[in-house]
Amino acid sequence: MNTYWRTFKVAAWLGWEMDSNWTEPWLFVIYSVVKPVAGAFILVLMYVVFVAIGRPQGDPAAFSYLYIGNSFFIFVASVLFGTFQVIQSDREWYQTIRYVYISPISYYVYIVGRAASKVAVSSFAVAITLLFGVFFLNVSIQLSWTAIPMFLAATALGLTVLLAIGICLGGISFLTAKHTHGLAEGIPGLFYVFCGVLFPLSVLPSWGRAIGQGIPLTYWFDITRRLLAPSLGVDTTLTGYDDLTILLLLLVSSIAFFALSILIFKTGEYFARKAGKIDMTTSY
Amino acid sequence: MSYAVETRDLTRVFAGKKHRFRRKRTADEADEHLGPVTALDGVSIQIREGELFGMLGPNGAGKTTLIKILATLLLPTSGQAFVAGHDVAKDPFPIRQRINMVSGGETSGYGLLTARENVWMFSQFYGVPSRVSKARIDELMHVFGLWDKRDAKVRMLSTGQRQKMNMIRGFVTDPDILFLDEPTLGLDVNAARIIREYVLNWVRSQKGKTVLLTTHYMAEADQMCDRIAIIDKGKILACDTPEALKRMIRTETTFRLEVDAIRDTASFSSMQGVKNFSLTNDIGTNRSHLTFILEDEGPVAEILSLITSQGKKVHSLQKSEPTLEDVFISMVGRGFE
Repeated sequence: MNTYWRTFKVAAWLGWEMDSNWTEPWLFVIYSVVKPVAGAFILVLMYVVFVAIGRPQGDPAAFSYLYIGNSFFIFVASVLFGTFQVIQSDREWYQTIRYVYISPISYYVYIVGRAASKVAVSSFAVAITLLFGVFFLNVSIQLSWTAIPMFLAATALGLTVLLAIGICLGGISFLTAKHTHGLAEGIPGLFYVFCGVLFPLSVLPSWGRAIGQGIPLTYWFDITRRLLAPSLGVDTTLTGYDDLTILLLLLVSSIAFFALSILIFKTGEYFARKAGKIDMTTSY
Repeated sequence: MSYAVETRDLTRVFAGKKHRFRRKRTADEADEHLGPVTALDGVSIQIREGELFGMLGPNGAGKTTLIKILATLLLPTSGQAFVAGHDVAKDPFPIRQRINMVSGGETSGYGLLTARENVWMFSQFYGVPSRVSKARIDELMHVFGLWDKRDAKVRMLSTGQRQKMNMIRGFVTDPDILFLDEPTLGLDVNAARIIREYVLNWVRSQKGKTVLLTTHYMAEADQMCDRIAIIDKGKILACDTPEALKRMIRTETTFRLEVDAIRDTASFSSMQGVKNFSLTNDIGTNRSHLTFILEDEGPVAEILSLITSQGKKVHSLQKSEPTLEDVFISMVGRGFE
């Protein structure tokens, strides 16, 4: 346990330094606020386009649906890419991977630790985006005190799933060259379409709904929206389930993905060590 | 007897690259790139605890592959390797607690961290108490001449300074077994001397510290190592103390010649009494340097006559004591370059 904690602590420190130490602290704070606010304006623009295409009278519930989904999607893009690129950047850019790898740590925990700073930075961005939406864009959020424990549990499970998926991609990236970062950009794209981020699953064809229901993030987005904005009343394919059932589904799938991430990561690591790819660098 | 490092018939073969979607290769390209490469071929060595063991060989001989296997970065294709009594393939974690590794000629490091932070961070992975680590880092920064740059971001350091930082990273964890892969590669003379002296002192002044040093610098191996294994094309050709290795060819005679650039050396191979020879060309001076390992002094006149008959001038002729390079030439029939 001591090894895991030590690994996590140092890796999280390193991740935080890498994420925050590229400029002066005051500039980093400004950047951390401005970036999500700018993202919120993109959502407004998307909504305006949707309204112009389909609903000239507008739909505040749809806007809140889209806004909350996209706010939490910040976690997906940031944590997935952040987790995936640890191996690639340590290997290709910093060329430190061989020294990290041969140190007496858990490399799995090292990646989780490196991703922890992404979670912290993303949490700040999500909070800023939501606050901006509530105060300036009339986004409907009513999180009751009684719903807070379930919301926190759902967020923790959702982040666990995200880290697990990121580590699965990390396991694959052990074996791939640097140009496969497209994988970490493409996978979130799939989640964006099939997990009810932008629109409910009910608008997808049946095969699309089936894909969505097979991805744990769908349950995370659904229960997060239910708890943050209980009055939305948007029909999703999960409308028939109660909150506890969805949380349970999220719990079961997060356990399954955690186990899968260990399997894929260890397999990727073994084959990379076998093929001599742990510290490979590509010259193209 | 237990060894710090032991390998038994260690073999590592790298599979050839397959580019299924690339244009068809020409015959030359196919010869050059396709097909498996045997980096280590049945290597068996034993390194005793407290020993400074050298692995001497030209580029591509298999030195780095061996270190990667021993440092648990790479799995062997066949055979076994044990470090501190643990199998590198089956039981890497206890090995990692006792080793560290430094590769020369590379510029690794997190550019946004300072030199001190970089080294400190790695020491934390090994569980070195932070206060102990900081004291060691300060001491090592002084020793390796990096004190003035201790708080500089790594991206601002020169290649040599980064190499020094990596040396410090290797020593800060005070490993029982240290793998040094060409540690002085590309360093200036003074920095290389400091590193050699520190490594020697580190091994000699503490009980039980073991170093496996790979190098292609003959003098470095000769000066530092208790024993040396000469490796070429993945095979260990000889393994003994530097003196014993040189004694192996002491019955032979070594002559070095500097002559006008020559191309045709085929006749030397068939000359009676010539055991082996190597040729290096100096493009700058347009001269060739020849080293002959002879059974006795008999063929010298014939060699000189052959060179002058080609219209080439002999600028110098020197009989010398055998060096490790001569041992290598005697065994392989070529020099390191």
